[in-house]
Amino acid sequence: MPKGAARNGIGEKERILERDDDMALKLPIYMDNHATTPVDPRVLETMLPYFTQSFGNAASRNHSFGWEAEKAAENAREQIAHLIGATAKEIIFTSGATESDNLAIKGVAEMYREKGNHIITMAIEHKAVLDTCKRLEKYGYLVTYLPVSREGLIDLDELRAALTDKTILITIMYANNEIGVLQPIEEIGRLAKEKGVLFHTDATQAVGKIPFDVQKFNVDLASLSAHKMYGPKGVAALYVRRRNPRVQLSAIIDGGGHERGMRSGTLNVPGIVGFGKACELAEKEMPQEMARLRGLRDRLKEGLFARLDEVYINGSMEHRLPHNLNASFAYVEGESLLMGINDVAVSSGSACTSATLEPSYVLKALGVGEDLAHTSIRFGLGRFNTEAEVDYVVDRVVETVVRLRELSPLYEMAKEGVDLKQMQWKAD
Amino acid sequence: MAYSEKVIDHYKNPRNVGSLPKDDPSVGTGLVGAPECGDVMKLQMKINPETDVIEDAKFKTFGCGSAIASSSLATEWVKGKKVDEALKIKNTEIVKELNLPPVKIHCSVLAEDAIKAAIADYKRKQGAGAKLQAQPASAD
Ligand SMILES: Cc1ncc(COP(=O)(O)O)c(C=O)c1O
Ligand code: FES
Repeated sequence: MPKGAARNGIGEKERILERDDDMALKLPIYMDNHATTPVDPRVLETMLPYFTQSFGNAASRNHSFGWEAEKAAENAREQIAHLIGATAKEIIFTSGATESDNLAIKGVAEMYREKGNHIITMAIEHKAVLDTCKRLEKYGYLVTYLPVSREGLIDLDELRAALTDKTILITIMYANNEIGVLQPIEEIGRLAKEKGVLFHTDATQAVGKIPFDVQKFNVDLASLSAHKMYGPKGVAALYVRRRNPRVQLSAIIDGGGHERGMRSGTLNVPGIVGFGKACELAEKEMPQEMARLRGLRDRLKEGLFARLDEVYINGSMEHRLPHNLNASFAYVEGESLLMGINDVAVSSGSACTSATLEPSYVLKALGVGEDLAHTSIRFGLGRFNTEAEVDYVVDRVVETVVRLRELSPLYEMAKEGVDLKQMQWKAD
Repeated sequence: MAYSEKVIDHYKNPRNVGSLPKDDPSVGTGLVGAPECGDVMKLQMKINPETDVIEDAKFKTFGCGSAIASSSLATEWVKGKKVDEALKIKNTEIVKELNLPPVKIHCSVLAEDAIKAAIADYKRKQGAGAKLQAQPASAD
């Protein structure tokens, strides 16, 4: 368990001091916070009574157990809404951002079928968006997948040009889960509004980490997920705008008519309570946390760059989550690098770590060569990482890269001046 | 993914890492795989033309831990063998020795290919006579 946040009721300042004093390193180190985050102990504590004491069904109208559960869920709805500048009635609970993405896209596609059949998205979306769009293509919808620049950003002129009178939805994520790159969401929202097209954003990686406001950004639908922001797994939300315009959705899960008929199913009250608490904490601590994590991320980056040559950052550094670093360590295959730093949890875009044998489609869309894509590592810093951990990770990565480069025929050839791009490789 | 102890051992203590002079007519170089595929193996053997015995072997590998282990093991196995025997090494034996899971079989295939490519390069050099400058295996 990460220390520091372990006790409730301690002031922020003391908590941080306690964390800094705690220099003893606990292994393994978790630095894969884009995949998921640990539940903050303060969140867990808030959730616990809702398993055994206040365990009622929020839809039970006839007794205090039900009322209590409903009250807790409504309180959480307020906390979540507040974090993103929405109203409580605009929050629909789901099982995960995957479901939120599905509900937003399929729900709009079905509801607005009369109006049009064209959807605009982009190449580096999460699979929850891309594969949902692919399925809709099978049902006769037309989907435009906007390309991204080397920096990982869409071109607003291309977005404008892609709009037709049949366009019913733009779905473009805020922060990318691999490279942390932030799309120009405010400009997209403005354009969507101007054209009268609904705008959904998968903000799963951004909410709770950086400011996100549905009013400021003119977002009509937004996906968010508790387990990416120190809440529990299996609970998430879809923001659905109720005013100006009022967005309507066809449900994809039918049943008892919960969540205004948009998502049936008994509410996961303990999870929702935890999600609410996680949002409250995020809102309160965001400014300090952003600054602290940016400092750690920059320390990580500088540490690596100071001691290694031929490290390449993937994606824009300027338009990026403060806690993300994605870098390619030329000539060192990613999985072998992960194996060398096995007491550090990070992830790689190498094909060898995936079941598909294809390296990261996100890096490919950026135009990163497959050779470099195989050498990429994603670092995701989080609330419980410390400076001492960052320094340890730098040491381990540097040491392993140096060792594996000595083992790499590509490194040897590059040092001899062989142009690896001009070689004719005998692939099997 | 969990690695077998043998893979970890080869990964941590790879045997016979390095390079042999590739222009030496008694050295065969096999360079297989491609950076785009995430795996490149270079396997070299120094062969005694009188006895056909592989007297030394070296490797360098860009690839996952299983690829590194497969090539490290390959150098161990070919050393001291005659060329004909080395050609009989099958990737399935590497899979068995290292307990490779199905997704890592291609790493062992690559090691077998590297052995064959190195020997082919040696034979080409021997056939062409020592006067010819050795070509890197990749350029053919
Ligand atoms: C951008 C993005 N969208 C969607 C998801 C899916 O979220 P969940 O695990 O809550 O279904 C993730 C997490 O993997 C993500 O990073
Ligand atoms: S080199 Fe890619 S899986 Fe082994």
